[in-house]
Amino acid sequence: MTPFQVEIQVIMALVAAACALPGVFLVLRRMALMSDAISHSVLFGIVIAFFIVREASSPLLILGAAASGVLTVWLVETLLRTGRVKEDAAMGLVFPLLFSIGVILIALYAENVHLDIDTVLLGEVALAPLNRFTLLGINLPLGVWMMSGILFINLALLLLFYKELKLSTFDTELAAALGFSPALLHYALMTVVSVTTVGAFDHVGPVLVVALMIAPPAAAYLLTETLWKMLALSVAIGVVAAISGYWLANTLDTNIAGAAATMTGVFFLLALLFAPQRGLLAKALQRRRRRQRFAVEMLLVHLHSHEGTAGEATENCLAHLTGELKWQPAFAQAAVKWAQQQGLIAEQTQPLALTDSGRTAAQQVLNR
Amino acid sequence: MNLLEFISLVFSDYTVRTVTMGAAVLGLVSGVLSTYAVLRKQSLLGDAMSHAAMPGVVLAFMLTGAKEPLPLLIGAGLAGWLGALLVMLVVTQTRIKADSALGIVLAVFFGFGLVLLTSLQSSGSAQQAGLNKFLFGQAAALVLDEVLLMAGLGGGALLLVALLWKEFKLLSFDPDYAATLGFPVRRLDIMLTTLIVVAIVIGLQTVGVVLMSAMLVAPAAAARQWTDKLGRMVLLSGAFGALAGIGGIFVSYDVENLPTGPAIVLCASALVAVSLLFAPNRGLVAGWWRARRSRQRLRAAAVLEALYVMGEHHGDALHPHTLRSLQTALPGKDVQRALGQLQGEGYVFHNADGQWGLTQAGAETVETLLRETARE
Repeated sequence: MTPFQVEIQVIMALVAAACALPGVFLVLRRMALMSDAISHSVLFGIVIAFFIVREASSPLLILGAAASGVLTVWLVETLLRTGRVKEDAAMGLVFPLLFSIGVILIALYAENVHLDIDTVLLGEVALAPLNRFTLLGINLPLGVWMMSGILFINLALLLLFYKELKLSTFDTELAAALGFSPALLHYALMTVVSVTTVGAFDHVGPVLVVALMIAPPAAAYLLTETLWKMLALSVAIGVVAAISGYWLANTLDTNIAGAAATMTGVFFLLALLFAPQRGLLAKALQRRRRRQRFAVEMLLVHLHSHEGTAGEATENCLAHLTGELKWQPAFAQAAVKWAQQQGLIAEQTQPLALTDSGRTAAQQVLNR
Repeated sequence: MNLLEFISLVFSDYTVRTVTMGAAVLGLVSGVLSTYAVLRKQSLLGDAMSHAAMPGVVLAFMLTGAKEPLPLLIGAGLAGWLGALLVMLVVTQTRIKADSALGIVLAVFFGFGLVLLTSLQSSGSAQQAGLNKFLFGQAAALVLDEVLLMAGLGGGALLLVALLWKEFKLLSFDPDYAATLGFPVRRLDIMLTTLIVVAIVIGLQTVGVVLMSAMLVAPAAAARQWTDKLGRMVLLSGAFGALAGIGGIFVSYDVENLPTGPAIVLCASALVAVSLLFAPNRGLVAGWWRARRSRQRLRAAAVLEALYVMGEHHGDALHPHTLRSLQTALPGKDVQRALGQLQGEGYVFHNADGQWGLTQAGAETVETLLRETARE
């Protein structure tokens, strides 16, 4: 690995970690699409700020972009307050407009502006190490400085306001009753999202910021019940996705940010399928087990109620189950097999006969 | 270029006509379907599906190696549809909410599309395929065959909307009731989603994947302000969509280098702004006006009543009073302005001493008002 490659991976990992932290709260507060809206509007802010300061690397650009993120939130809420449109439509009206204005300005003044649509849309982390900055005698890519700064801020705010964030996320009313202003926290969170998006924007573009903010927390949400574990897992998944995305892009000679987004999708899919309790596979297994248990209990109770009666020979035979319990023949056979495996029905007898433990189990079901 | 020149170009110039027709078809179809998306609060589903269409376009190109529009559109449609199904799967099967599911599908599919597109670009064939135009749309590159294809697809979608009118209406306003009546709600839901995918596919070449979402929100949000009837809203929304499409083409012809997609979005947003402000009933201006009028009426009624009550203390309802004493009786109200208006309407008089009193008509009005209040 060349130092160049290491630096790109470090930047990608920092972007992923910085995005995952506010992302957790976006997912929990059901505002995931705010990141989509903000990330598109940031383009507008960058372009406008550029026209004012006329310098592509000015820190004012970052301020302008972050301000446009907050502007988006404010515009969406103002539209909502008119009561004329619903929340989803308000969002869908605001950010395409701001994004369109940004694209149009770039297209019209493309000759004078050092911004072009492709880079803006895709981000170019591959070139990030070329832009360097020396601080305290340490020479590192500007992206590393910037993203570690943003990550540091996000972490510091998270640690400082952990309790407040947790409470207002899970119980808004209680938080408000205790005197934490929901509006203040909301705007603070949105400012953090905006600043993080601006930092990430240069490297991965507006659409893929959304992948890094939402997919790792959503995957983590399927894996744990505890907030701090969800935060830690999100960061871990994001970082692993970013680095594996880098190597995927390296192998296929393609866009790094796109590959990282693809990897976040892959990890989300893995969590969706294989999460221990909430994954699709685990749920299918649970359903199957529940069905088996229910079938066995039905069978036991049926056998038990006819045991020792005159009709036992006809009632308690395999063929009769399909009629009485409305089971398919194959299912009836399987149910008998499950019960036999658990030692609740005697092996190979006709009519079917309960074992002692089978009789006890049937009694338990009836007494329930 | 002014509007008249543009209109004459539409009739005389093949390219302008083709492109304008394409944009109008796109606007009409997405406008009609956006009605249902907005009413069902699923505006952002279109956003997710149009981004999700991206890898479908590139994959279709890689598989067929051709830039024939049909395979690319089919690829886009399949990918968008897959994205929508994934959203439904995640939302129904896990505790992850719709917003996160939409965000993931949107960003991950798009990222995957970029991966494919970039690897095509590094082999140099993407430019040739003209795939870049799918990002922001490039209406100028439309040819007649593509427009006819769009019109065919869109016509089919509109026909289905007409055939399933009652079902979609019920689904949009009361899906639970629809389910109890025995309508196949889930299948209708998928059908409507599929139609939205069709609209997206139609829009890809003109508006591009990034901004297609706006076309599935803005026309309906604008139309909603003008009417409370579904039928009128659908027609208006289709008309607004077509208008935004044509307007966008006009603007982007007028200004060099202006990409069509953003221009169309700008026009659609302008329609929304005008509708929000100036629609007769729901419009904000109309709302402000109504609020102002009712404030005035309340103030006038309060002044009349105060004059009446104060007059009764003198044993004569028509007894005049000074402005100062009225202002003391009604603190915080612009009494003078109300008196001016009431005088104009003949309910109060202003005597030579500068005092104000009720006229006979004014006293009768107060008595009616008091009777009404008493009855309530």
